[in-house]
Amino acid sequence: MSYARRALAVAWKDLAVERRSKETLNALVFFSLLLLFVFQFTLGGDRERLAAVLPGVLWLGFVLSALLALGRTFLVEREHDCWEGLLLAPGDKSAIYLGKLAGNLALMLVVEALVLGLFVVFFDIDLGRALPGLLVVVLLGTLGLAAVGTLFAAMTANVRARELLFPVLLLPVQVPVLLATVKATEALLLGEPLGAVGHWVKLLLAADVVYVVVSLLTFDVVLEA
Amino acid sequence: MVKTLGWLTAAALAAGLVMAFGVAPREVTQGNVQRIMYVHVPLILASYVAFVVLAVASLVYLVRRDPAADGVAHASGEVGVMFVGLGIATGSIWGKPTWGTWWTWDARLTSVAILFVMYLGYLLLRGTIDDPERAARYCAVLGIVAALDIPLVHFSVYWWRTLHQPPSLMKPGGFTGSSSILWPLLVNLLAFILLYVYFVARRARLLRAQAEAIA
Repeated sequence: MSYARRALAVAWKDLAVERRSKETLNALVFFSLLLLFVFQFTLGGDRERLAAVLPGVLWLGFVLSALLALGRTFLVEREHDCWEGLLLAPGDKSAIYLGKLAGNLALMLVVEALVLGLFVVFFDIDLGRALPGLLVVVLLGTLGLAAVGTLFAAMTANVRARELLFPVLLLPVQVPVLLATVKATEALLLGEPLGAVGHWVKLLLAADVVYVVVSLLTFDVVLEA
Repeated sequence: MVKTLGWLTAAALAAGLVMAFGVAPREVTQGNVQRIMYVHVPLILASYVAFVVLAVASLVYLVRRDPAADGVAHASGEVGVMFVGLGIATGSIWGKPTWGTWWTWDARLTSVAILFVMYLGYLLLRGTIDDPERAARYCAVLGIVAALDIPLVHFSVYWWRTLHQPPSLMKPGGFTGSSSILWPLLVNLLAFILLYVYFVARRARLLRAQAEAIA
């Protein structure tokens, strides 16, 4: 099998498992619904204040659901002893990483679309012209989150206190992505064109390239038994 | 060898103290408080050295699988985190009388704080893995990811702050480049880098002894 086929096989397997069990997806949908309540309760009903912090809150929602979703990436493999099977796969192990990343990216984008929809309905946001630019920012930001998240998930899968360690490792590294996405979202929601946040988009692109390349190069080392 | 380094470090630190209190002039506006710079700046710069060494040692470990390289990375992480922590603390002590606040979300302060938590996580990861070989591998990967993340953190934090408020309003001290300030600073910088090297040498030896005792 070629490299791309192997990566696709892993991604397809993950998505098939998710489609049939809907374990993570169901929990995440419910979780994001709960987040809406939490945000509403903690920020109060004040429209203007809510509008001012909305970009931050939106990304907080994305990041929190990402922490839940990404942290589980390799747990499925442990729970059912599939780890050894993955390790037995021939050829470059980084194909497994790419597959897992693709699966995670798909799952997170579904959840994020849902969260965004809920925000539009419950917080009465007018996406309007901002939507195309927002899609670019969300896609790039999510790729950055998922790229490092998938690598760190593989590392913390074998570690004591992994639920604690995963966010503690991921959040500091993701500060650039978080700042770039929140600031870009803020500007876009204020009606500015994508060109006005070009520097943030470039930063996200650079971050994505760095994260994916480093993960591809080091994933082999992480998987070693 | 290590012992000589220790004495050399002690001498350099003593010379640095003498320079900072005796040779360096009293700052006109800030007064004696400004002398904390001679500890604060070297601490931060020495921690940068530590994190660069950590990244290089991590890379070397992944290529050669030499436990000695991992020992250097491990020790550098510990010393670097301690130095950057002390740097933040001394900065706070300096900031209170001069800026009127212990902390502000200025670009530089924020990047250093992120650096601190990032490498704190590195030490946390080390602490939770029992198998030394696996700890070395995972930490090497994290060390490389963290090092490559630093430029991204730097730019993002810089844009985040400076696009919204006039830059460097709160720049400490005022580096005029006067040699009466520069020399005490350089001597202290040398002293703290020596201190870092000394700590790493000691700690790496301890780690090796520990590994031998377990094996």
